[in-house]
Amino acid sequence: MKKYNFPFNGKFGNFGGKFIPETLVPAIEELEESYKKFTKDSNFKKELKEYLENYAGRPTPLYFAKNLTEYVGGAKIYLKREDLLHGGAHKTNNTLGQCLLAKKMGKKRIIAETGAGQHGVGTALASAVLGLECEIYMGLKDTERQKLNVFRMKLLGSKVHPVKSGTQTLKDAINEALRDWITNVENTYYVIGSVVGPHPYPMIVRDFQSIIGKEIKKQIRKINGTLPNAIVACVGGGSNAIGSFYPFISDQEVSLYGIEAEGSGIKTGKHSATLAAGSSGILHGMQTYLLQDKMGQISATHSISAGLDYPGVGPEHSYLKEIKRVNYKSCTDDDAIKAFVILSEKEGIIPALESAHAISYGMKLAKKMKKSEDIVITLSGRGDKDVEVVQNYLNGIRD
Amino acid sequence: MYKTNRVTKKKKNNNNNNNRIDKKFYELKRKNEKALICYVVAGFPDIMSSEHIITSLINGGADIIEIGIPFSDPIADGSTIQYAIQKSLISGTTPDMCLELASRIRKTFTNVPLIIMTYSNILYRKGYIQFAKKAKECGIDGFIIPDIPMEESKEYLNAMQNIGMSTIFLVSPNTAEKRLKMISRICTGFLYAISVYGTTGERQGFDEYTIESIKRVKKVTAAAANGLPLAVGFGISNPKHVRYMINAGADAVIIGSAIIKKIQEIENKETLLNTLNRFIYELKNSCK
Repeated sequence: MKKYNFPFNGKFGNFGGKFIPETLVPAIEELEESYKKFTKDSNFKKELKEYLENYAGRPTPLYFAKNLTEYVGGAKIYLKREDLLHGGAHKTNNTLGQCLLAKKMGKKRIIAETGAGQHGVGTALASAVLGLECEIYMGLKDTERQKLNVFRMKLLGSKVHPVKSGTQTLKDAINEALRDWITNVENTYYVIGSVVGPHPYPMIVRDFQSIIGKEIKKQIRKINGTLPNAIVACVGGGSNAIGSFYPFISDQEVSLYGIEAEGSGIKTGKHSATLAAGSSGILHGMQTYLLQDKMGQISATHSISAGLDYPGVGPEHSYLKEIKRVNYKSCTDDDAIKAFVILSEKEGIIPALESAHAISYGMKLAKKMKKSEDIVITLSGRGDKDVEVVQNYLNGIRD
Repeated sequence: MYKTNRVTKKKKNNNNNNNRIDKKFYELKRKNEKALICYVVAGFPDIMSSEHIITSLINGGADIIEIGIPFSDPIADGSTIQYAIQKSLISGTTPDMCLELASRIRKTFTNVPLIIMTYSNILYRKGYIQFAKKAKECGIDGFIIPDIPMEESKEYLNAMQNIGMSTIFLVSPNTAEKRLKMISRICTGFLYAISVYGTTGERQGFDEYTIESIKRVKKVTAAAANGLPLAVGFGISNPKHVRYMINAGADAVIIGSAIIKKIQEIENKETLLNTLNRFIYELKNSCK
């Protein structure tokens, strides 16, 4: 494979770009320039490293899940423990990076959207530690199914705005955050939570999340001197997946698997499997795969996991699908719940429902692989926030 | 992208003779009047009513009509228009129905410029070229797409300019001088200056920066090759606002949310149509 060098002019092949209202153009340009400047700045890098290591707890362990491996009876399963990162998910890698950048840019006010609330919590804690004012947009439906995280954000000193428009989930939270940004563009920094939105966001978020993949590479080499045979991660917007995959894109011998949320099943129409069932379109400032109708209206999505309940996907994933570098698969609510329970019982780890999608497919894949092979599953977050939803689901109560 | 400039200029000249937007501005200039542009969300409260509403706006004195095709995720719109869009989508409005609406209006009003305002995905999904062609057949004169900035406009411009469709771009109070000039070169019909930082919707009043911004943009449009008209929109809801924008240098004002709000508030159709007619008559009087 030729050297992978994207985005090129803000695009990943035909995907990406910046389809934004004119008012945001100067802000996006300022962001791009500041990002270029500060990521080369040794003080910035040093400061971020300090926060990531001593505040957030990096590096996170690469844990050999012996019990799960024996239970499945195939390839050796390793878990990249992003659930142990401060805040409870990989989101903190990005929020510390972007909030520090915002601070250096002289922005005093932070806004963010959140689905499951993990990015909201990540932004709230980073804002707290860096002394920034923070407001979070969250779909009304999500505030109800992720009550714990709403309270956590408030405890961390952030304001939470429930979004009542549209489908009242992540998509509409992004719309509302964009509208806030258009209104307060002069003093506000918008911390996007995934590898979505207009350029340069998909690149910035990927770069901050790539620490996951870099550590995996280092850690697995230390364990057995080679690269893993496969890496599996869940994909909503796709930030933990890109973070895990990116350092391996040129390593053709490593198979990469992105797992989307199939909800009640693709055939039922109640799902969030954008890459499996979507088509190219333009939303939230980017050209990418979308779930939409024939007229171009964005579809309502469904997933038991609020963090995967999104009708779009990062433009780089659309490109990686097109060039067939990453295999995109999907996992239903039922299978995710099963994996949630299995991991809890076998390893004493309660995974986030989002991550449970990756665990589910990872187990299937491991079973088909040789015992001598290695598979890494990115455990993007912990599941404390989900116990109520899972309890209801197991008791037959569904939203 | 800047290579398209030459093409644009050539097309601009070709259009001058038969484009309703250019004609309208020429005509108003001779009468020493400013243009009143009215926006409606097609299909709010239903597509049949939209036809009656637009008719009443034109009879009240609207010079140009913007037909909003509802899109599920209207990020540049404030709560009033969002509400109308959502209602319209729930009632089953499709882009084709909006174009057919335009086609019916066109039969009655042969000279009133009709412009489509919507978001990029509605055009992209059908294909820019196909959408532009269909719109042309329905008597549409131009497009306003708030989420296609200059950088992403190549494909869109090609599709539109090939058939003489005006491409109206937006500029904002924070648009830099150099960029203003570049946008005014690819923009045809008129330039749409956003009055404020924010989304669409009524406002009590405007800050000093709005005036400064309009004056700054006016300098650029006045110097543009064909004297590109300058329209100001967002937050304008009464005759006082209209005068304010015109005094700052606007050649046209755009009224959107204030109309939508009346449609939302007044249930009796006859009362609504009469109210709109009077409302527009007053606003148009302020343009003279």
